[in-house]
Amino acid sequence: MNLSWIMPESVSTFGPALDNLYYVILVITGIVFVVTEVVLVYFMIKYRHKEGRKATYIEGSSKAEWIWTSATAVIVMALAIYSKGIWDEIRHPDMFPENAYELNVTAKQYEWNAAYAGPDGQLGTSDDIMSRNQVHVPVDQPVIVNLQSEDVIHSFFLPQLRVKHDVVPGRVWPIWFEATQTGEFPLACAELCGLGHYRMGGTLIVHSKEDFDSWLSEMQIEAEDDE
Amino acid sequence: MSSAIPVGDSHSEDHHDLGFIRTYIFSTDHKMIAKQFLVTSLLFLALGGMLAAMIRWQLGFPGQPLPFNLGAILPDTMAPGGIILPEFYNSLVTMHATFMVFFALMPLMAGVFGNLLIPLQIGADDMAFPRINMLSFWITPVAGAIMLASFFVEGGAAGAGWTSYAPLSTSGEWTGVYLGQILWLVSLIVLGFSSITGALNYVTTVIAMRAPGMTWFRIPLATWSLFVTAWLLLLAIPILTGGLILLLLDQTIGTAFFRPEGSGEPLMWQHIFWFFGHPEVYILILPAMGFVSEVIANRSRKPVFGYHSMVVAIVAIAFLGWVVWGHHMFQSGMNPFLGMSFMATTVVIAVPSAIKTFNWIGTLWKGDIHFDTPLLHAVSFVALFVIGGLSGIFLASAPVDIYLHDTYFIVAHLHYVLVGGSLFGIFAGITFWYPKMFGRMMNETLGKLHWGVSFIAYNLAFFPMHNLGVQGMMRRIYDPNQYEFLQSLQSTNTFISKSVFVFVSVQVLFAINFFWSMRKGKKAGDNPWDSNGLEWACPSPPPHGNFAEIPIVHRGPYEYSYPGREQDFWPQNEAPVESFGASTKPEHKPGE
Repeated sequence: MNLSWIMPESVSTFGPALDNLYYVILVITGIVFVVTEVVLVYFMIKYRHKEGRKATYIEGSSKAEWIWTSATAVIVMALAIYSKGIWDEIRHPDMFPENAYELNVTAKQYEWNAAYAGPDGQLGTSDDIMSRNQVHVPVDQPVIVNLQSEDVIHSFFLPQLRVKHDVVPGRVWPIWFEATQTGEFPLACAELCGLGHYRMGGTLIVHSKEDFDSWLSEMQIEAEDDE
Repeated sequence: MSSAIPVGDSHSEDHHDLGFIRTYIFSTDHKMIAKQFLVTSLLFLALGGMLAAMIRWQLGFPGQPLPFNLGAILPDTMAPGGIILPEFYNSLVTMHATFMVFFALMPLMAGVFGNLLIPLQIGADDMAFPRINMLSFWITPVAGAIMLASFFVEGGAAGAGWTSYAPLSTSGEWTGVYLGQILWLVSLIVLGFSSITGALNYVTTVIAMRAPGMTWFRIPLATWSLFVTAWLLLLAIPILTGGLILLLLDQTIGTAFFRPEGSGEPLMWQHIFWFFGHPEVYILILPAMGFVSEVIANRSRKPVFGYHSMVVAIVAIAFLGWVVWGHHMFQSGMNPFLGMSFMATTVVIAVPSAIKTFNWIGTLWKGDIHFDTPLLHAVSFVALFVIGGLSGIFLASAPVDIYLHDTYFIVAHLHYVLVGGSLFGIFAGITFWYPKMFGRMMNETLGKLHWGVSFIAYNLAFFPMHNLGVQGMMRRIYDPNQYEFLQSLQSTNTFISKSVFVFVSVQVLFAINFFWSMRKGKKAGDNPWDSNGLEWACPSPPPHGNFAEIPIVHRGPYEYSYPGREQDFWPQNEAPVESFGASTKPEHKPGE
């Protein structure tokens, strides 16, 4: 049984900020949850019907209502403003990193195809390097992924990088992230996309910079050999 | 009981004159229509529960044949050798949600209680348009039959999720489901007319047919919430119907409203669906909030804490429901600038929700709480709605939603609202108004047993789903073990499934109690809960026409334990006693 409220380790630059926000909400809602439920149960026990008990006629209290209304409003608006900062950091178009490595990921039932610029340094040309169900990226460098779909909506989900974005056919949608650790991490489809949806998995492979370059050149040689 | 109204027999004679067909089948009596909705929607609820159990079988015991030799009943296109196929799993997920949302919860809320309570609580003799009301009911079995038929056509039932995201839903090419998806669309288009005609009736009845003295702020909260819900239905259902028709055209004659090849826009479907879909969530919860307010006030023998703000909160939630749909689409490719707008409107809903929650707790405070089955369900509603509300804050935060979107966290959240909230609210409502509907009390022992096991099994089933979501498990996944990082969650999934089986099975106790009490239950008087509402001022069950003479309303609905009165309740229609020695206070007129 896994009943943990701790998120899996995050391995992207914005991961810790997103996780902190999650834990702040967890603590706040946790306190509200415990207090509310305890008071509820306490009232149930304390005011249970007994012979001779009479309820007190109380129609309400504007003061109490103002207090809990404004307290709720202040807390949730503060959370929204706090959230906006992190949202902008991740999604605001102006916040996209400048020196990013760019690649394309095209989804179709039920696979992920990644394309990297070939020797001409251009994406979307005939010498692109392809990898199926594996997305290779360098560590400690921002990466922009242009998401596209050939058929239906999929969702590009990298749990440990705190990345999730729908892949909508008919448009190209860029997202970015920067991995902070080398290694292999799961890639999943998070949007129901047909009967094979459950097996539309892949792997994100984060290389050190040198490894990434040598992987790219190996792939180029392989591609040339094929021709 | 203190019913001030003499009840004549003339109406009950009419009742007999109508004959069997007009009384029990094509009835225009709002109470009979309520009962018809009750029986059909409980059947759909049971069906939805069985579909859920099959979903949980696959998740708890992936790849194992279904128990009880169910495999022998199901055709090989669904579960060859009893092993559920991925495409059948997608149909199960889709149809479970479809039946629960459209054929169980919506008719239980609006169809049953809208019909039963609105005329009785406002002191009317029936709905404004009784024949349209009959039509509203009879549309539902037609729509239900179309939906059920889709299981048996080639390709099986719709499998694109109850949200039917385009372009997955636009062509059988993507799902292997051709006719099933079309039947799904047609069924919901037909069903929409039931909601619209019903809602039209509720709105008109509340506006036009209130008894003398029934001012807006003397209307009981159940009717208030049903009235506001009716507005939501009236405004939201046509939007869904419009979207469904466009999708049907994409499916059948090759238009491209939502298909990208032909320059359609898939996201447009999501905007239409959720612009309907979020008000829909409130359609499913607001009436339950009304029932719970009534039950808690009555069983605590206290006025509802802050009745006016309760009304304002209902209306506020209904308004806010129209401006939050984008929070379903944070990760969809909607303009990221809209993130903040939808985040702000969404968190604001916490405010009226908090008002309601704290006011329910305030109602219990210093009360004289009677632990009858309706109260246990009503308080469970509050306890579980708190969880569903708080988990919503995680999802309202757009960055946190990046991680939690489309995981089991959202499955936990929506089930805390729609089962922990709506369904427990419905149980509170049914157990509370059962004596009015059938003239007999439900069995308390069976009722408490059903409540206790349900409450425990429910939480054991749904609470751990939050944890699954936090670990990253996606929803609508046929076999999570395909992913290495989800394999360690199998024991949790198995535990959840077993708890769901207990939760589903124990509903049999409710069914037994429901039918047994109809014949063998203790006879209920007119007003078994010592309640104030007008529905308790007529016989149980009320005759055709309800009231022998239209009652006159003198006060609000929650005058419980009023100081200086011997009785701890004060019916809305009880005529005030002219100044009477001991009482020095002027007659209390709340809400005027």
